[in-house]
Amino acid sequence: MDSFVFLALLQDGITTGAIYLLLAIGLLIVFSVTRVIFVPQGDLLAFGALTAAALQAGQIPGTLWLLDGAAALALVASLFGGWRAALRGVLAWGIYPLVVTVATMFLAPRQVPAISILLALAIVTPMGPLIWRFAFRPIADASVLALLILAMALHFVLIGLGLLFFGPEEANAPALTDASFDLGALSVSGQSVAVLACCAALVLGLRWFFGATLHGKVLRAAASDRIGARLVGIDAGATGALAFGLASFIAALAGVLIGAITPLSYDAGFDIGLKGFVAAIMGGLISYPMAAAGAVLVGVLESLSSFWASAYREVIVFTLLIPILVWLSLRSGSPEDRA
Amino acid sequence: MTPARNGPVPRVRVAAGRHWLGLLALIAVVAVAPAMLPAFYVTLFGYVGLATLVALGLVLLTGVSGQTSFGQASFVGLAAYATTLLTKFAGAPPLAGLAVGLVLTGVTAWLLGLVTARLSGHFLALVSVAWGMSFFALFGTLPLLQGFNGIGDIPPLSVGALSAESKRVNLAVIWGVVAIAIAMSANLLDSRVGRAIRTLNGARLMGESVGIDTIRLSRAVFVIAALYAGIAGFLFAHFQRFISPTPFGLGVSIDYLFMVIIGGAEFLWGAPLGAALVVVLRDQFNDWIPRITGRAGDFELLVFSVVVILLLQRAPSGLLPLLLRLKRRGPAAGGAAIDVPVDATSLSNPALSTPVATALPNAAGQGAELLALESVSHSFGGLAANREVSFAVHAGEIVALIGPNGAGKTTLFNVVSGVLAPDAGRVRLFGACAGHLPPRRVAALGIARTFQHVKLLAGRSVLENIALGAHLSGRAGLLHAMLRLDRTEEARLLAAARAQAARVGLGRVLDMPAGDLPLGQQRLVEIARALCLRPRLLLLDEPAAGLRLAEKQLLAALLRQLRAEGMGVLLVEHDMDFVMQLADRVVVMDFGQKIAEGPPERVQSDPVVLEAYLGGLA
Repeated sequence: MDSFVFLALLQDGITTGAIYLLLAIGLLIVFSVTRVIFVPQGDLLAFGALTAAALQAGQIPGTLWLLDGAAALALVASLFGGWRAALRGVLAWGIYPLVVTVATMFLAPRQVPAISILLALAIVTPMGPLIWRFAFRPIADASVLALLILAMALHFVLIGLGLLFFGPEEANAPALTDASFDLGALSVSGQSVAVLACCAALVLGLRWFFGATLHGKVLRAAASDRIGARLVGIDAGATGALAFGLASFIAALAGVLIGAITPLSYDAGFDIGLKGFVAAIMGGLISYPMAAAGAVLVGVLESLSSFWASAYREVIVFTLLIPILVWLSLRSGSPEDRA
Repeated sequence: MTPARNGPVPRVRVAAGRHWLGLLALIAVVAVAPAMLPAFYVTLFGYVGLATLVALGLVLLTGVSGQTSFGQASFVGLAAYATTLLTKFAGAPPLAGLAVGLVLTGVTAWLLGLVTARLSGHFLALVSVAWGMSFFALFGTLPLLQGFNGIGDIPPLSVGALSAESKRVNLAVIWGVVAIAIAMSANLLDSRVGRAIRTLNGARLMGESVGIDTIRLSRAVFVIAALYAGIAGFLFAHFQRFISPTPFGLGVSIDYLFMVIIGGAEFLWGAPLGAALVVVLRDQFNDWIPRITGRAGDFELLVFSVVVILLLQRAPSGLLPLLLRLKRRGPAAGGAAIDVPVDATSLSNPALSTPVATALPNAAGQGAELLALESVSHSFGGLAANREVSFAVHAGEIVALIGPNGAGKTTLFNVVSGVLAPDAGRVRLFGACAGHLPPRRVAALGIARTFQHVKLLAGRSVLENIALGAHLSGRAGLLHAMLRLDRTEEARLLAAARAQAARVGLGRVLDMPAGDLPLGQQRLVEIARALCLRPRLLLLDEPAAGLRLAEKQLLAALLRQLRAEGMGVLLVEHDMDFVMQLADRVVVMDFGQKIAEGPPERVQSDPVVLEAYLGGLA
């Protein structure tokens, strides 16, 4: 392998690494606030990419009907919880889906990439809070294991729905830009730059959100001590919904970004999500900078191993990760007790 | 032979009895059903039995010891391919295939265990996904295994001239093996090793403090779970007589976890329940849904997963506990149990305390040095929790360690008991300085401890919790326990536990779940557990917190008696009356440093101590 190929692979690796980082951040937020390992995040990524692709093709995506159906259920449920909950329910699960549905009907036929992407984000983002509402909130206090298994089952549900909505074919999300420019001998694609820029913007945005806004601080409080946060009056239901909302927004964004580079099918999300999970684990499920380093490492490892033996790509990535995970776990010292 | 026989029948026995009832029923069904069932159900229940075997291993691994594995199907595959290759291509008898398959899975699991037993929680889950994917790729690509075309015409099960061509005979064999596996697992959990295994799930520090090698034990449980999967793989190959990589993939491993969680991860009988539900539901959905929708392969998994989610939401800890609770509804237990008084008469009863007293090793004799700290320092980052602390504890002496909150007392305890290594200085145990020892080695030397925040197996009986302390005085291993060859030793350990329970006044609550006791009595359980180690030095972290007056007096009397027997006691305590009436010497700490040491009356009038406690007002 010459240095040119290496640089091209490195560029590839860093781009996908940035995507894994986004997913890792989403997983970290959800896990630290709710103890749920959000396996279906990868499936929401696929939803994001395929929804944008369908819109760009001038079709109304099935995910829109899923949103409308689930939101209608949530709306009905919210009507039984006092007038404040009802008001919030009408806004979030009545008016919002209505606006999105009407906008999609009007705008989808125009097939403008930016609009398709924004609509895809608007359709997929509410699915996080809806998943929290219907799947996890009823057993929010169950063991981490039970929550993990529930997340696994949910992953299969979303895959089934994905197949129903989008069929088995792969599709590309519209690209933000077709530009590319040369950097010495290396051709850098504009989309790769866009991915990195979005990733940086999101990281900075989250930093601001967690550092400067009340909602962000509430999430941090809930993450550092769930029961303590509840004792000072923080609503566990609302923090969960917010965490899942952030995660699904991140997943949808990652989906439209990576979907423009690699064609995705309805079931492609799991592997991608798994690598985001690996990156998150490298951050010990708590540290964001470590997760960032882990994400780039996974991306580059994957990109390099796909050059040598593409059929074994996944196996190589995971096998190479075992020694790193072992090292991380040994570093944490004596046997630890988990809650 | 054991003094405390007056309580109700111990829970453990009841539990074991229930297992035997279930097993008898199972054996009766196994004897009759295979001959009567239609062929379709023979196959279906064969699969249920095979899945039950794998799920049983997962109950031990995931439900009881808290290690999640997404790779069990690959162990099934390893054994299945091993026996297939040997019997079909090398003409070996199936039993040889079984032996080789089990050795292969066992060794593989042991090697993986070298890596995974140290991993906790998410690390293990993730690594198991990794090896699950790797083995699946291997099964699919190794030319020898013929890829996804699979290998057919595998010879049937046979022993000597007896051959089991019929699936009905196979079904009986499978469920016979399941019955044996349930019995052996039940035996295992009701034993010294079984108690130790329970500490792996969230109480490893406590386990180490009573001398359990938690890492080795995690690995052993991991190997057992893999062997169960291996046996299932062997039976699967000869039952179906055709194998391909498909049933050994990640998705199937996830199904095994579904079974365990749906059935009830902490219950052995949750395994057959969950396996039956998942296998039958999947089969029914595969049958019915394409008929309704007119499309095959699209919606079965979707509907199945929705059902799994609904089941989990109704019963997050599994269906079996839900069913048991329904059955038991009626006599309300609970609230009334809180106020069970301690058995205040126990101390005055010589029959209870003498056998234990003689069991305590006091060879060191009065006054010998048990523990000496030499300028011990320990910091957490920039916070110096202990700075150059020195003092000693001798046999037949009660030393109290006091100081305001945050003075570094618990840190010092953790340094002495091996949980933390000192940054500087030395800890000398029994006159020898062996460098830093892990907690379980410290325990083996004869140092027992309790915890400031009580660490008990909340769902297990008081007796079982106390018997954990006797771990080091037993030898029987996994195999002995599974074959129930450990009964003499087990009786001895439980007798020792009962004796110590009586000593601290818990003789009447032996069968209650430890978590249902009030906090003060939970502390007494910890003390009884510590005494079961027959320590020469006892470390007590706030033993009197939460005790009522009568209980405190009982505890003080007990500590005096232990002192008279030659035990050394180091005690952290905030209750000054308790400390001052009991301690021979008091060590006072403030901001990580020792600020005073001496007999109680001198320390009480020490101006430096008064300054620390009262802020100079006195």
